[in-house]
Amino acid sequence: MKLRQLTLVCVMTGGAALAAETDPRDVKYDDYGGIEASLTGIAGDAANGAIIVGDKSKGNCVACHEVTALAEIPFHGEVGPMLDGAGDRWSEVELRGLVANAKLTFDGTVMPAFYKDEGYIRPGDAYTGKAPIAPLTPILTAQEIEDVVAFLATLKEE
Amino acid sequence: MNTKALAVISAVLALPITAEAGPDEDKLVINDELNMTSVTDAPAHTENLDTIYSGWHFRTDETQALQLDDFDNPAMIFVDQAADLFATVDGAAGESCASCHEDVESFQGLHASMPKVDAESGKLVVMEDLINKCRTDRMEAEAWKWSGADMQGMVALIGLQSRGMPMNIAIDGDAAPYWEQGKEMYYTRYGQLELSCANCHEDNWGNMIRADHLSQGMINGFPTYRLKQAKLISRHNRFRGCIRDTRAETFAEGSDEFRALELYVASRGNGLSVETPAVRQ
Repeated sequence: MKLRQLTLVCVMTGGAALAAETDPRDVKYDDYGGIEASLTGIAGDAANGAIIVGDKSKGNCVACHEVTALAEIPFHGEVGPMLDGAGDRWSEVELRGLVANAKLTFDGTVMPAFYKDEGYIRPGDAYTGKAPIAPLTPILTAQEIEDVVAFLATLKEE
Repeated sequence: MNTKALAVISAVLALPITAEAGPDEDKLVINDELNMTSVTDAPAHTENLDTIYSGWHFRTDETQALQLDDFDNPAMIFVDQAADLFATVDGAAGESCASCHEDVESFQGLHASMPKVDAESGKLVVMEDLINKCRTDRMEAEAWKWSGADMQGMVALIGLQSRGMPMNIAIDGDAAPYWEQGKEMYYTRYGQLELSCANCHEDNWGNMIRADHLSQGMINGFPTYRLKQAKLISRHNRFRGCIRDTRAETFAEGSDEFRALELYVASRGNGLSVETPAVRQ
């Protein structure tokens, strides 16, 4: 709850939060595609992460991955591996790298990069099909990445 | 390959939440008499598939049923309207399609070989191009909009004359450079989601992506009646929608890029029966 409030404060005082954020182009990946440092310095909010994972307009992770913890959300996909136990299989460093840009962990993976704002072929203005009208932003914000990582870290095998 | 294997494993584990993966084994017979080839060996040039399946096999029983009988097929209203238009005079020349072509049945086989390179111009043309060329040059009528009901009804009516015939699109000779262009597009990871046609329709066909059962993206059923849009949908309109959904700047309907992609994607289905007007979700 406390973390949640902190997150809200950061969102509302955008400037202060941005100052501590790592720009997508400055993210340091290790040799295995992991990211050691938090992108914001603010601990992720697992509850908000769960919302992002399930929300069609946010991460929409369930479009491709099944997550038993979110079984109340209909229609989980099967394109990617099941996320149950992800918190056992991967460290926080690895999870952060996977969510930010999984291609640096798994070369050629179908999984989109959620924290990247360049290097695309014909990027559009979100889902309009039109050319971008403003500089591209990553699909998720730095704090949203941290929130998703925090949620994934809670997914333990029983 | 690894992803696929993982996906298969997760599909097996996932039965309580997700539907069963893979195409079904139903038989596509239209009007109880026309046996369709909806599953067959992939042509040699469709390198990464062994077997090709009509999109019909990936739809629900309810949706499938709508295509089994022409009286139930909601696309047939538009095809009937096109049959009326075929005989309707339009334009300054005072001609209708029927003035030159008499019976629409004379188009039997054409759809199965389209797109193709026009011998005169050397350009790749699709059915919409042929129709609009007749309208503007011979009938002196206005060109139809690419995805309009009149245009797609006419494409479907002409296509219907080939229903049941195997798709047999030429990819060599003059068509080869267009085919290569389309192939390159098929494997290009467009947009902010960096997804190619192949990512979904070659690497993940049979899997669920959210509520959608991924097919092999075959276009032998196009123009197809899409229940969600309640009308006949052109091939280029579906291409546009797919690329838009990768958060990309898409290409225009009627663009040379989509002509090339149409040639390539159509050729991947060589051997499947022409199904237009198919019915999809």
